Amino acid sequence: MTPSDRRSSAPIVRAEGVTKAFPGVVALDGVDFEVRAGEVHVLLGENGAGKSTLIRLLAGAHRPDRGRIVVDGRPVRVHGAQDAERLGIATIHQEFHLVPDLTVAENLFLGRPPRRFGLVDRARMEADAADLLARVGVNVSPRARLRELGVAHRQMVEIAKALSVRARVLVMDEPTAVLTGGEVERLFAIVRRLRADGVGVVFITHKLEEVAQLGDRVTVLRDGRSVARVPAGTDRDELVRLMVGRSIEAQYPRERGPVDADGPPLLRVRGLRRAGAFDGVGFDVRGGEVVGLAGLVGAGRTEVVRAVFGADAYDHGSVQVRGAPLPGHDVAASLAAGVGFVPEDRKGQGLVLGASVGENLGLVTLRRASRGGLVDRAGQRRAAAAMAARLGVRMAGLDQPARTLSGGNQQKVAIGKWLLAGSRLLILDEPTRGVDVGAKVEIYRLVNELTAAGHGVLMVSSDLPEVLGMSDRVLVMCRGRLAGELAGDAATQDAVMALAVGSARPADLAR
Amino acid sequence: MATDTKGSSTAEPGPGRRLPGGVPPVVRRVFRDNGALGALLALVAVLALLSPDFLTTRNLMNVGAQAAVVAVLAFGVTFVIVSAGIDLSVGSVAALSAMVLAWTATSQGLPVWLAVLCALVTGLACGLVNGVLVAHGRLPSFIATLAMLSVARGLGLVISQGSPIAFPDPLAFLGRNLGDWLPVPVLVMLAMAAVAAVVLNLTYSGRAMYAIGGNEEAARLSGIRVSRQKLVVYGLSGVFAAVAGIVLASRLVSAQPQAAFGYELDAIAACVIGGASLSGGVGRASGTLIGALILAVLRNGLNLLNVSAFWQQVAIGAVIALAALLDTLRRRT
Repeated sequence: MTPSDRRSSAPIVRAEGVTKAFPGVVALDGVDFEVRAGEVHVLLGENGAGKSTLIRLLAGAHRPDRGRIVVDGRPVRVHGAQDAERLGIATIHQEFHLVPDLTVAENLFLGRPPRRFGLVDRARMEADAADLLARVGVNVSPRARLRELGVAHRQMVEIAKALSVRARVLVMDEPTAVLTGGEVERLFAIVRRLRADGVGVVFITHKLEEVAQLGDRVTVLRDGRSVARVPAGTDRDELVRLMVGRSIEAQYPRERGPVDADGPPLLRVRGLRRAGAFDGVGFDVRGGEVVGLAGLVGAGRTEVVRAVFGADAYDHGSVQVRGAPLPGHDVAASLAAGVGFVPEDRKGQGLVLGASVGENLGLVTLRRASRGGLVDRAGQRRAAAAMAARLGVRMAGLDQPARTLSGGNQQKVAIGKWLLAGSRLLILDEPTRGVDVGAKVEIYRLVNELTAAGHGVLMVSSDLPEVLGMSDRVLVMCRGRLAGELAGDAATQDAVMALAVGSARPADLAR
Repeated sequence: MATDTKGSSTAEPGPGRRLPGGVPPVVRRVFRDNGALGALLALVAVLALLSPDFLTTRNLMNVGAQAAVVAVLAFGVTFVIVSAGIDLSVGSVAALSAMVLAWTATSQGLPVWLAVLCALVTGLACGLVNGVLVAHGRLPSFIATLAMLSVARGLGLVISQGSPIAFPDPLAFLGRNLGDWLPVPVLVMLAMAAVAAVVLNLTYSGRAMYAIGGNEEAARLSGIRVSRQKLVVYGLSGVFAAVAGIVLASRLVSAQPQAAFGYELDAIAACVIGGASLSGGVGRASGTLIGALILAVLRNGLNLLNVSAFWQQVAIGAVIALAALLDTLRRRT
């Protein structure tokens, strides 16, 4: 068959009128969806629109309450991952399903290692793993422990794993969220090659520019319903309108206010160094401004902001807040100095997922709300309720576990706890990763509100349009050092990427 | 008991799910927050039907007195479990603390109040050593407290030369009844339950325990000094163990080097039956109290029904598994 034959052929997998309800919420309501051989079908929607539920149905993690899953024209029941694998459906989840303490090769063949005389054939396993890794184009030893790899490499391992089962349908849940520049390009090349081989790809993303770059068709979900199926070339504003059901006037509504130029800056970092991570990093953040920190994954941005905040130690250098030195590796001191930090790993580090919204909001102010060791819980609750209302956190109530909030609302809680503590300087690490379009704009508005009130914001972001759209100045890091600073008209995507990749990797400028 | 904690937020508030309508909301909330309470009441009802001796004041107070030592140990362990740790040393620490009390008072002639203080300090010191090993030595709590289990037991044997030491007379009232029917150990148990509930619900350290147990890194990045709080957690567990040891020795009228042997497992079981999660962030003083009572009621009932001691162990094991299973199911729905 030629690709055009495939495209006109019947879909490999079809969901017909699938409905799935969870206690208190109908996640999917009569949704039709299909993937044909040799197409990239983009699934768009805000968080909570039902994308994850739909792909879980395809992967056999859930079963539909109504409707059915049809593979090759025959209705099937998918019970769990092994059934899905047998049917040729592989899923790359947002949260990796990999075991950190096993090697790359062991992870690739998890549950089905090649065997010889009943024993695991390690030599063959590692050779096969090397082949798979080469196909994905990632330079990682099959013997490396997964724990030692960065998040981008883990993503590539996850993709290699999906390839190893000879999937006919590959479901990718926000695979580019943790990748930057060259890595995204490499991923796209792999996806295009799979498409040419006749694999059907379901691609979930929040980055609208990727839709036209990679997709063939787009299905938009909103509130559990399929609201549109359009070609991938559809205008971006139109896609946003379909997703949120209203038009969003400005994607990056940055309002620059007066910068507090008098006296010592809010944050002054000088000569910060940690062996093997970053070196010679120095910059200022003044009240009223947003300073962006751009760069490739692994350039050391997160390491720098964590060290500035005191989450990790540094070897040399100094950090000053409003002229007063801030001791290193001391979160409580940063809190007292009015510095707040919202980490990139919201679920792993930003929130206590099992605890309620109210308890999460009150976490930073717990000490301050204590008198003689006793916590003023009524006061804490009042303050949390007021903050949740101010941030527009959509929730059933303060007692709702943070785990069950959507990504955008979780992020509002993670930011809100610092606002309750009256932080003057907020360090935001990938503040809108995995956050839907509507909540993104709300977070941007909050940043505007804060800087208008004289606060300073230091923002790490891998989303170039975001870091350019929201920052007053952009610092670019490359391999542990500050490669440069861009402001005003000089801050363009090309200029940032040129600094981010350094001169050694000109190929990545293609982006 | 004090206001809600995480136990209530993880359980869905399903309207009238297990209880018929017309039940006052307060009662309904107590049941919702304490899944084990229904099990305890059912157990009591069954035993009341099966044995005429069960539902007498005398027997029930006896059950309370028997539950007291494990309950007090378990309150201490609850702090540790809520903060996502485990404390295996509490039985040994209880025996060592009681031994220190008896030895300082009887053999060394210290005043009784000072001897009691020495015992509490002993418990605190053991707990703090656990805490330092866990917080600063980065040992898994299982390993650190397993070591302390052995060390404390050994120290008790060293002090006593292997034989029991008489408990000082002025403390004998701790093992007796008040007004002929109310055992003092029951009072101690209730007092310590109140202390544990206040610590967990209303103090900074208590709230920090839930945060640390729920997500240690998030707690650290929110400015909670995790290492310091872990010292508090294990220190408290040690002090509670010392109190339990003193109650036990007063009931036995002597401090015995092999006392409270294996009680740490009963204490952990009480926490788990009461709804605490070994993965941390969840647990309540009231639940732990109910868990300890379930264990004691079961033992007592099986004795009254003349079930052999061998089969009793089987039954208790089955109940622990069942309770944990029910709790898992309850959370899932």
